[in-house]
Amino acid sequence: MISLGRQRQDASTRLWASVAAAVVGWVAVLAINDRVWDRVVFGLFGLSEGTRWGEAVHFFVFDTTKILLLLAGIIFAVTVLRSFVTLERTRAILGGRRQGVGNVAAAGLGVVTPFCSCSAVPAFIGFVAAGVPLGVTLSFLIASPMVNEVAVVMLLGLFGWRIALLYIGFGLLVAVLAGYLLGRLRLERWVEPFVFETALRGRPVALSSGLAWQERLALGRQEVRTILRKIWPYLLVGIGVGAVVHGWAPEDLFTRLAGSGNPLAVPAAVVLGIPLYSNAAGIMPLVEALSAKGVAMGTVLAFMMSVVALSLPEMILLRRVLKPKLLATFTAVVGTGIVAAGFLFNVVI
Amino acid sequence: MEIKVLGSGCANCLALEERTTRALGMLGMDAEVAKVTDFAEIAGYGVMSTPALVLNDEVVVMGRVPTVEELQAILGASPA
Repeated sequence: MISLGRQRQDASTRLWASVAAAVVGWVAVLAINDRVWDRVVFGLFGLSEGTRWGEAVHFFVFDTTKILLLLAGIIFAVTVLRSFVTLERTRAILGGRRQGVGNVAAAGLGVVTPFCSCSAVPAFIGFVAAGVPLGVTLSFLIASPMVNEVAVVMLLGLFGWRIALLYIGFGLLVAVLAGYLLGRLRLERWVEPFVFETALRGRPVALSSGLAWQERLALGRQEVRTILRKIWPYLLVGIGVGAVVHGWAPEDLFTRLAGSGNPLAVPAAVVLGIPLYSNAAGIMPLVEALSAKGVAMGTVLAFMMSVVALSLPEMILLRRVLKPKLLATFTAVVGTGIVAAGFLFNVVI
Repeated sequence: MEIKVLGSGCANCLALEERTTRALGMLGMDAEVAKVTDFAEIAGYGVMSTPALVLNDEVVVMGRVPTVEELQAILGASPA
């Protein structure tokens, strides 16, 4: 028994040693990324700094490395942290909440609870049938896809922490206010009746409680692999477009069309974003290109929010539980919130 | 044994179904894997994250796609 205990201890020491080594390696590569590519691109390849090709190639390799590292690191950390939160626990927390506080809690929990938009409908039924108020449930469903780790990391990597923080703040604000307003409108009659009649049988299984650290870390690694495998083509195209823009695009292509001077730019961007469907990584090439060509930052971020938060496929899914009137009201309220956020962004930035 | 895969047809649900079938084959078990796509029925099992695996009306996996090895262990441990 003693040797078994020691073996387990050794395994745990090895586990944490490898985590520590990975963190040190990650930080080190991130720190020397710029210098290494300076040497390689401007030294080894003989491209000169300040020329179009030099700048574009340097941007591409530097940004690819940086974003891949940021994505891998943050997805890993977020997944491990999230393994402590479950949808069941979130529902239990929200069950007793009233409007207002409940909406704030729901938006916050929407960010930290592991959730895939393909589960939006069962989660909606599970929440509402368990007595979570409709508006609070909607706050959760709005915040979850809008403020996700991939979106935040991409913004962080491409535009800096200030823009990323503003995006998180405004995203949460839209989710809280839209959910609160929808709750106050008392739209329960526009929810398909079977939702309220659903009997929740069976004891809920613990999704990830009682997992060992080793399993949590394995979950993190798995998630990094899954997400990167899914988004790498979008990523390379996005960074490629960014590189081209970096080297060639004229500075003021869109400035007159959709700069901060045009009041119609934000609503137009939001309306345009609704039928478009993409994940946060997929929309980034467009976001970066538009921003570089002079579209105001708030307009660009509103466009991004609209694409990830309001999408046609998700509407079609939600139609199973929401009547068309509620779906339309939902879209209108959230859309208006995003337009307001876009204008505010443009004022703040 | 009654085996059901709950899910609306997303990529993960298809993966779970495929791996379950593979695990059954490796165990030499001959059981049908039923697909449940009706949301009311899915929610009825208390499932909020798809995909989920139900054995004899008991939810054994929810919100993730286990490896084939893990599924073999789960299916092998369940009374037939």
